Amino acid sequence: MIDDLKTFTTLPDRAPPGSEIGLIAWIRQNLFGSAGSSITTLILVFLFLMYLPPFVEWALINANWVGNERSICDANKAGACWAFIGVRMDQILFGLYFGANPDQVWRPVTIFIIFFTLLIPLMIDKTPRKDILGILLLLVFPALFYVLIYGGVFGIPVADTTQWGGFLLTFALAFIGILFALPIGILLALGRRSEMPVIRAICVTYIEFWRGTPLITILFMASVMLPLFFPAGVDFDKVVRAMIGITLFQSAYTAEAVRGGLSAIPKGQYEAAMALGLGYWKRTIFIILPQGLKISIPAIVNTFIALFKDTSLVSIIGLLDLLNMAQTASRSLEWNGYDIEGYLFAGFIFWMFCFGMSRYSQNLERKLDTDRRN
Amino acid sequence: MTDRVRIPLHRDPKARAIAIQLIALSLVVYGAYSLFQTTVGNLVARGIQTGTSFFDEVAPFNIGFSPLLDFKLGESTYIEVFFIGIQNTILVSILGIVAATVLGFIVGVVRLSPNWLASKVALCYIEIFRNVPLLLQIMFWNFAIFLPSLPAPKNSIEIGSFYLNARGLHMPTPIIDNSSGFILWALTLALLTFGLFIFARRAKVRFEETGRRLPVFSINFFAFVFCGFIFYKICGSPLAFDIPELGRFNFKGGGQLPLPLFSLWFALTVYTAAFIAENVRAGIQSVSHGQTEASHALGMSRRDTVRLVVIPQALRVIIPPTISQFLNLTKNSSLAVAVGFEEIVAVWAGISLNQTGQALIIIAMTIAVYECLSLLTSAFLNWYNRRIQLSEL
Repeated sequence: MIDDLKTFTTLPDRAPPGSEIGLIAWIRQNLFGSAGSSITTLILVFLFLMYLPPFVEWALINANWVGNERSICDANKAGACWAFIGVRMDQILFGLYFGANPDQVWRPVTIFIIFFTLLIPLMIDKTPRKDILGILLLLVFPALFYVLIYGGVFGIPVADTTQWGGFLLTFALAFIGILFALPIGILLALGRRSEMPVIRAICVTYIEFWRGTPLITILFMASVMLPLFFPAGVDFDKVVRAMIGITLFQSAYTAEAVRGGLSAIPKGQYEAAMALGLGYWKRTIFIILPQGLKISIPAIVNTFIALFKDTSLVSIIGLLDLLNMAQTASRSLEWNGYDIEGYLFAGFIFWMFCFGMSRYSQNLERKLDTDRRN
Repeated sequence: MTDRVRIPLHRDPKARAIAIQLIALSLVVYGAYSLFQTTVGNLVARGIQTGTSFFDEVAPFNIGFSPLLDFKLGESTYIEVFFIGIQNTILVSILGIVAATVLGFIVGVVRLSPNWLASKVALCYIEIFRNVPLLLQIMFWNFAIFLPSLPAPKNSIEIGSFYLNARGLHMPTPIIDNSSGFILWALTLALLTFGLFIFARRAKVRFEETGRRLPVFSINFFAFVFCGFIFYKICGSPLAFDIPELGRFNFKGGGQLPLPLFSLWFALTVYTAAFIAENVRAGIQSVSHGQTEASHALGMSRRDTVRLVVIPQALRVIIPPTISQFLNLTKNSSLAVAVGFEEIVAVWAGISLNQTGQALIIIAMTIAVYECLSLLTSAFLNWYNRRIQLSEL
């Protein structure tokens, strides 16, 4: 009997109809899905054809890539003058001192190589012993930076901070800002969540004061009024003044980022730690901060991106950061009139770092999100 | 009865909390006091007289742009300069907020469009403009693009009675020609608004009773525009327009947005819109698909679904971060100092400070202005957040 039953076998799947797969179907669905969509696509393609080729021609095809003098660029006005960037590259990246002393350029180059060899493994998941790398980056690297860039020891000639500039200065301001703002910010965030009303009030006042003011007024204050706040004889140069202003400003924003992470920790963690008999500091250091800081890393990176962009404001108080250096170079006697190239180059460097960091923070956010869901 | 274990005072949490707070408070007070002492000492040592007496001195520089408050070179005092600075800050902030909101909503919606190309263009826009420093963008537009490429006043770009040239944007401004007619017109408009308001209320009551809905918004809009125009003509066209005319060197008459204001406004708009677009995208995506499906299942039309289900829920997510963007825009307007637009930082913390040397008072007043704006904004945000939380119950 059983043998009489016909066994049921499925036929092989039929291929999807040709109109639903392949390039043409994709184009139909995503570019010409409806009348409105088709019109949009056509308008956009038209705009691209109008504006993209002239721009590419100017920026790449007709551009003057090599050369030492402006006569080459003046002879060919149809293209961008990237030769100008090439000639002034050292100055725009590393500032006046290293621009004027090409034999010393190895110093900033070494420091950036060290920085990235420390940073890149930190951003990769599987690296072992990240704690050691982190300590190297936060404690040893700044010392190394001081020795190599400022000099004055081991026979390295001194590069005074007034001579710092370009991307190097932008980097130094942003790095110092985050380095000092992080511990202050963590303490402020803890203070703002404290149960003691006076501590909370002090922290809230501090945080909201700095967050309510634009950075430029703080920089004005730092550059004009800071000497008034210190006893006679204590004085800083402009770069250090800007660093102090930026650190105070940034610590408030870091505090808010950390506070967001702290408030994401479930209450049970506090209660469990208390039930184990841990005191405030043990509870905070071993239970709360490790979890809270991990959650707040994306937010901290976002405040860091904002800080990195905001360092450009020091050009208003006369420091030669990346933006001001590029602008100064394009207004110099030799290269006057090539503003667009200068701004585009500085903008591209800023964009590269900010875009990279924002991508990193988005990845981290996605990863942390799934961690919590599991 | 067991006698309670006495906790030694230094282990009692309450006593410790009070002690810690007292120490912290006295440290802060001492820090502030010694800061004050050193500052006063330094001021005395440098022979700087701090005070507000310079407020009534005549400001020895010119301010070219002040649409509401009057500035006269050689007559206006420093305190007037201060208020003109606040006025210009608020003006450029409002201009920027309006434009950035419109542009940001458009880009945010386009970002979610099913059209692949449009969505990618919006993505490129967002990623380019929010990752480049605003100051660089302001300088780029002003110094590298607008200033060299806009024509001289003689060859201005004409759009109707609007003229764009390297000096700025010139536009016609309305002036009251016939004041009794104007008052009559304003009264009829107020009456009309009241009537339309009553109509909207009645339409809503009718909708709740019968379920039939009138297109209230379109009716009111067209009624307002149409009747407003008719009344305008009946009242004898009480407004005249001051149209800019080309003089020998520059335009005369009409209103003018000077080029620095135009560049600043443009850059602030483009920059902030990129952030608002991200808020809008996140807000719309936060409304779960189940909401849309449920409202379709209830038989609501596609338009009603968007209007009554998606948008109200998305706005709840969009509005709070967007308001903080408005505050950021206001603070960022201080970058005007780079292109020389006369807002508070440029004109007060910049020129006035250099002229008088009164750093302490001037910087404190500048900070106070921004603190006020920021406190107002956060008060509004708290109120708004409480309101939307309540309506969720």
